Amino acid sequence: MQLNTRLGEYGGCFVPETLMGALEELEDAFLKIFPGSAFQKELREFLTTYAGRETPLTFCTNMSRDLGCRVYLKREDLLHSGAHKMNNALGQALLAKHMGKKRLIAETGAGQHGVATAIAGAVLGLEVDVFMGEVDIARQALNVARMNMMGARVIPVTCGTRTLKDAMNEALRDWVARVLDTHYLIGTVAGPHPYPTLVRDLQRVIGDETKKQILAAEGRLPDVIIACIGGGSNAIGIFHPFIEDKAVRMYGVEAGGEGLDRKHGASLCGGRPGVLHGNYSYLLQDAYGQIIESHSISAGLDYPGVGPEHAMHKDSGRIEYTAITDTEALEAFLYLCRTEGIVPALESSHAVAFARKLAPDLSEDTIIVINLSGRGDKDVETVRRYMEGKQ
Amino acid sequence: MNRLKEAFETRTKSLLMTFTVAGDPDFATSLEIIKALENGGADIIELGLPFSDPVADGPVIQQADQRALASGMNTDRFFDLVREVRKSSDIPLVVLTYTNLILQRDIHTFYQDAANAGIDAVVVADLPYEEAGPYITAAETAGIAPVMMVSTTTSPERLIKILTVKSGFIYLVAALGVTGMRQKTDPVARKLLADLKSRTDIPIAPGFGISDREQVREWTEAGADAVIVGSALVRKIEDSLARPDTLISEITAFVQSLR
Repeated sequence: MQLNTRLGEYGGCFVPETLMGALEELEDAFLKIFPGSAFQKELREFLTTYAGRETPLTFCTNMSRDLGCRVYLKREDLLHSGAHKMNNALGQALLAKHMGKKRLIAETGAGQHGVATAIAGAVLGLEVDVFMGEVDIARQALNVARMNMMGARVIPVTCGTRTLKDAMNEALRDWVARVLDTHYLIGTVAGPHPYPTLVRDLQRVIGDETKKQILAAEGRLPDVIIACIGGGSNAIGIFHPFIEDKAVRMYGVEAGGEGLDRKHGASLCGGRPGVLHGNYSYLLQDAYGQIIESHSISAGLDYPGVGPEHAMHKDSGRIEYTAITDTEALEAFLYLCRTEGIVPALESSHAVAFARKLAPDLSEDTIIVINLSGRGDKDVETVRRYMEGKQ
Repeated sequence: MNRLKEAFETRTKSLLMTFTVAGDPDFATSLEIIKALENGGADIIELGLPFSDPVADGPVIQQADQRALASGMNTDRFFDLVREVRKSSDIPLVVLTYTNLILQRDIHTFYQDAANAGIDAVVVADLPYEEAGPYITAAETAGIAPVMMVSTTTSPERLIKILTVKSGFIYLVAALGVTGMRQKTDPVARKLLADLKSRTDIPIAPGFGISDREQVREWTEAGADAVIVGSALVRKIEDSLARPDTLISEITAFVQSLR
């Protein structure tokens, strides 16, 4: 490898030997093609005229009044495909095309990354196969239909936990077999080097825009930024450009599931470092290192690992990591619907829920930015059942 | 002298290395199976220490891992099993596992425990040269042979570095993709074997996809120092589980059929 593969002590390249050539090839494209002005211009053009960047930074009048501070939402839910995943999928698909690859594979949990990859494949003329756990196929039927409509094959994953973790295992296995013509379009800031860095560089557009927008709106940087974390790509995307702005407090919100003492998906809050899916980072695992099944109401956060850059920021204390339970997230989903007329993804609802928890400690001139990473159409059925259950 | 090294140095023909998952389907049966493998003519026993997320393995070995884990296999029990094998056998024993299980025990502790139990070499399926440094050091300190993998996608620059490691043998990934049976041997991999033989004295052992007598013969004739048969054998175990009375004799017969 030409670059340092570590982020702090985390990250690395823990993959079968057969994949090392493909990772070297990808790193080479990341160094040579990706920074070039032609590639950047083409990507910017796609993001602007096709995907709908920049996304708005919305001041929430009602929520601000209710919470007693100044609340902004970064509206990645308004991006084409309905989530921030589009930034990464378009960027990697374009890179794959420049590398001469014919086929994209992807893993997906909630289906948002699968949909974004299906879209990118359709518009760029690349074949797409998406690996998705059987459990997730059942709970995210709408997104499965969307992928199929755009010509992607959705391959059900029936091994292990039949969720995101095993979808990633299957995608890696497929890649080992088809490494010569296929690009593995990883959806988050995890996986082996150079993925965590590549995906972060494709998602940092969220934070770059936010910085410009908040300065225009308020004349200063925010006091607090909140984002949900599964693998952590939307969070790194908004956090990264603010890392050196030490006065900005940042919170990453993990899936607390049924509570940290029960089933959850909070690797940073409730796990310890280990190696899974090509990188060294925090994991949910038993004493021997066997991976433990994660749980979250939101398929996109239902993952026992997390990107290595978050592990680094956890240890340094630069970013604070916390968790929100399934019930708190569901309540925040309904809260944002009623208060602002915005339907958030259940993933993003975790960030909204934490803002509600934090608010009582904040003064009224405190500026909070919540990264609303995706929209919640896909979760309507889950939330409807929750509402019925409460009655 | 390391049992593995001795086996390679005194060999008069290609060695047969059989792979099974330790604890599949349970501790006691697994021990019986290992005996059957040795009786059937295996020269080296490769034992999988099962991991919950084996990304280099196809469905047959994944399921064997799951059966073993469900029956209570873990790193402590694995070393117990190896000690049991060692009570009655001096056959070279190789472990195949994944990085996290070594890391969580502490790298040095793992290799020391492996050596104490009677392991000769350790293969780590998701540990390329770039990450292997501390593991190679720990292995050598404990008197265990590290094993590097080489694939047809390994670049010439990386191959040079990989060949500097004093591997117990080089595990030649004989087919692109995960472990599992293949119909034919890959001519590119056979060419790689010839290239490796011309460049190093380290024994070369192809594995992945080698499933019957014909393929074992092809690799033997191509000059392999050992030939690894895994998924086909694990599948045989899986198929025979329904017939516990003949399980052991069927496995012995299967190993005998490989050459």
